[in-house]
Amino acid sequence: MSAERLNTGGSAIDRARPLTFSFDGRKVEAFVGDTIAAALLANDVAVVGRSFKYHRPRGVWGSGVEEPNALVDIAGRGPNMRATTELARQGLVALSVNASPDAAHDRSAFLDRFARFIPAAFYYKTFMWPDWHRFEPRIRAMAGLGKVDPAWTAPEAADQINHHCDVLVVGAGPAGLTAARIAAHDGKSVLLVDERMVPGGSLRHRDGGIDGKPSAQWITESLSALTGAGHLFLPATTAFGIYDHNLVALNQRHQDGRPDTLWRVRPRRIILATGALERPLPFADNDLPGIMSADAALVYLRCYAVRVGRRIVIATNNDSAYEVAEALTDAGATVTLIDMRQHDLPSAPKGVTILPGRMIASAQGKSRVESVTLDDGTKLTVDSVLVSGGWTPTLHLFGQARGKLAWSEKRAVFLPGDPVEGIAVAGAANGAVSLSEVFADVARATSSPPPISTGREASGGVVPAWPIAGAKGRIWIDYQSDVTAKDVELAARENFVSVEHLKRYTTLGMATDQGKTSNLLGLALLAGVSGRSIAETGTTTYRPPFTPVPLTSFAGPRSGELMAPVRRLPLENLHRAQGAVFQEYGGWLRPAFYGGADAERAIQDEARRARQSVALFDGSTLGKIEVIGPQAAAFVDFIYYNTMSTLKPGRCRYGFMLSENGVVFDDGILVRLDEHRFIVSCSTSHVAAVHARLEEWRQDRFGRDAVYIHNATSEMATLTVSGPASKQLLATLDLGLSLDDADLPHMAIGEGRFAGDLLRVARVSFTGDRSYELSIRADRAETLWRSLRQAGKAFDAVTLGLEALMILRAEKGYIVIGKDTDGTTMPQDLGVDGPRAKRQTDYVGRRSLFTEVAQAPNRLQLVGLAVREDEPPLAPGAHGILQDGPKLRSQGFVTSSYLSPVLERPIALGLIERGAARQGETIDMQHLGQKRRATITAPCAFDPSGARFNA
Amino acid sequence: MQIFTCPFCGPRDESEFHFGGEAGNTRPDGADVPAERWARYLYMRANPKGATSEVWVHMTCGEFFIMERDSVGHKVAASHPLGGAEKSE
Ligand SMILES: [Zn+2]
Repeated sequence: MSAERLNTGGSAIDRARPLTFSFDGRKVEAFVGDTIAAALLANDVAVVGRSFKYHRPRGVWGSGVEEPNALVDIAGRGPNMRATTELARQGLVALSVNASPDAAHDRSAFLDRFARFIPAAFYYKTFMWPDWHRFEPRIRAMAGLGKVDPAWTAPEAADQINHHCDVLVVGAGPAGLTAARIAAHDGKSVLLVDERMVPGGSLRHRDGGIDGKPSAQWITESLSALTGAGHLFLPATTAFGIYDHNLVALNQRHQDGRPDTLWRVRPRRIILATGALERPLPFADNDLPGIMSADAALVYLRCYAVRVGRRIVIATNNDSAYEVAEALTDAGATVTLIDMRQHDLPSAPKGVTILPGRMIASAQGKSRVESVTLDDGTKLTVDSVLVSGGWTPTLHLFGQARGKLAWSEKRAVFLPGDPVEGIAVAGAANGAVSLSEVFADVARATSSPPPISTGREASGGVVPAWPIAGAKGRIWIDYQSDVTAKDVELAARENFVSVEHLKRYTTLGMATDQGKTSNLLGLALLAGVSGRSIAETGTTTYRPPFTPVPLTSFAGPRSGELMAPVRRLPLENLHRAQGAVFQEYGGWLRPAFYGGADAERAIQDEARRARQSVALFDGSTLGKIEVIGPQAAAFVDFIYYNTMSTLKPGRCRYGFMLSENGVVFDDGILVRLDEHRFIVSCSTSHVAAVHARLEEWRQDRFGRDAVYIHNATSEMATLTVSGPASKQLLATLDLGLSLDDADLPHMAIGEGRFAGDLLRVARVSFTGDRSYELSIRADRAETLWRSLRQAGKAFDAVTLGLEALMILRAEKGYIVIGKDTDGTTMPQDLGVDGPRAKRQTDYVGRRSLFTEVAQAPNRLQLVGLAVREDEPPLAPGAHGILQDGPKLRSQGFVTSSYLSPVLERPIALGLIERGAARQGETIDMQHLGQKRRATITAPCAFDPSGARFNA
Repeated sequence: MQIFTCPFCGPRDESEFHFGGEAGNTRPDGADVPAERWARYLYMRANPKGATSEVWVHMTCGEFFIMERDSVGHKVAASHPLGGAEKSE
């Protein structure tokens, strides 16, 4: 028995509310307010986890986010949670990480005996032959930390909050509270955050008094002054990242089972009062359980009433450990203070034995520290070793904001260098030690009178205590990723002398703690080995997040259906009632086919019946972008590959839009409503992009007075009636326009009315049959659809899903851009060479159609591909292959392939080299190793004369 | 996440904007533009380090505009309409 809970004290715990939880299956008693680590220490659990690589036993090191050792998997909350920041809760189930069956009896502990055979980069060097991937699974299974629970699901979506304020203060210690109070007093709106559950920072466990009051009272008063004035304080909230333009991301933890909340804060000014973290001291086996941060021991004593040992050695290179020695002596421990400094020591606290000018050379013990040997050979029996290797200012956020650090010889740390716009660093993060210094520092950063320190003041005497090359034993630098001083020396010997290389070669600072306690020791050692100063050696790049953030925070509500929301048809409910099976096409949820469990049969049936009688189809997703204005005709001429200005009002023309590199970007029908008004109808999935490029050319080339562009896609629903009986069907409805072919020929539009609403009727066809596209206000489409279906009964009308439509258009050789074309397809490859040859005016992409590549003889061209009637359809993506000398190569591929019910044979479209000139030629096809033959044909397989447009 | 200033709408979140290319990349018209000139228009970009002048589009209002910004520190210096006179700091 060494660590124990004292009968009195503990500012953070509520002794009236005991609780129990389980750790590695063992029942642990605690109080409300305990962290898991505090409760484990109170129950004298020395070994709380196993190390990443060597499975060494490890104990609690710290009392906060810097904790490298005490990681636990918490059921329902997540893996690798820091036991030092997670509160103990009734019934909580925690497991140690990287240990089996548990931390105290880990069966992989033998690995540590082979440690000298597995130095840094051992795995990289050893498992190269024949292939790292053969070894990787077993090595990964043996290394690593916590386990992800694959069955876990988020209880609800995490909240994400956007917040604006004048001043964001990160850290609610003495500096942060003071800065927040001053900012609030100056009339600024303030957001104060602290990663701990309660404010106060070092004031909560360190001696001091402010404005004549005890620290605790000053904390309470400061906070209520802030929140009383309407300012916001968020405890248990970590500012984990600063992004462009000083966006600060916060992760707020809750104690009621809710997922963490992500805050995106836009402050006008950021004050980083993020404090400092205590470093370990380098000596052999300095990672044994029972060796911990001296400051953490003071936290456990004063906040949780846990005395971490009875026979304690404290080793230090600075003044801050003296208060710890005094407090533990007062709490009944026997304390020996080993100060590596010979001179200028603070006065010795009463009852503490001080050994000046001495250092610990090594620690001994099996599963916890039992003794230490000093550099003069003295051996001391202990049950606890507390170390203070100095304080590293927490400058992660400053570094993320691209702040440069400057080395301070006096404090033996990096401090903020040149200022970053909008960001101030204050307090211990800025190198201040005593409360007076802290307050003076804040006052400098904010220009208002600060509080006055009226209690005992800390002093900041320190000498460097860096690891020295060639020292005996295994001196641990990075506890969490198991990096020793020898690993750093090895890396330097192998010329990994840049800190960034050192980090990646040894994994120093790459674990979940991101080297909060270890980085400075590692780079100081590297500096020593490579004969440079620490300032010259520099630090690695700081990147978010400061501490691990659950992915649920980043995801927020964007999961499942909300991950990528689909667009929905106005008539979706009607289609569903009719048995439509929906699929996503180009971002839209559309009927794939109607009814039936046998999809293939339903689709074939729809395509067959559409050719026999009449088909109804919901084409509402088709783009409808209006181009209006005095220059509208010149504008569409420039936008389209085809000349459009010659189109007569009331008529339609099919055309291509190209990109400036000459590649076909979209195709569709252009409608001319009148002299100065066109409707660009474009592919469903290209509407936004077409609209954007029309706007770009309008604004950048034609000017605001020339044309006006309006995307009316979602305003109008378009219902298509197609097939031999389409005219008769429409004739039964009162549409207020003449359907006579003389008045409304193919590729013309007419204007009618349906139930009082304007109805635009366009005779354009994507099926090859006589077709009428009826466009009406989207909110009136339902009545029209019902009427069409009712009227359709007399004609055996069929409702057509998108899959059957794809068959009908492929029978006609009509292409779908992006499916039957690729990123090289130019209009001449699709058999439309007229404008290229004849047009005299400029248009988008024109010059690119005359490059060497565009005129190459071996271009892929659109063709039909026929196979024997009794064969199955070709596989889409199957390649046309060619024996080219000794090599087999592709000469194109199948882009669309279906079974045509009307032709009763497979049909296919493809892009084949010189295909247009090779009709009738039979070529070899290959797909997934299987060879077939296909004959090149014209793309159009059905009704090539187009007689059915008017049938 | 950056804050960009649309000359028409004011400061907005970067996610509302799309990049439209380097400013000043004038299109040479005609079928007989030399291949090198056309290739320069299509593909060649200065990609400057430091001060840049770029075309952006504010997706929510649909307007293209010029934004002057620093490609290293990401500070936005100014934005103004295409060919427009008034500047918005
Ligand atoms: Zn705007």
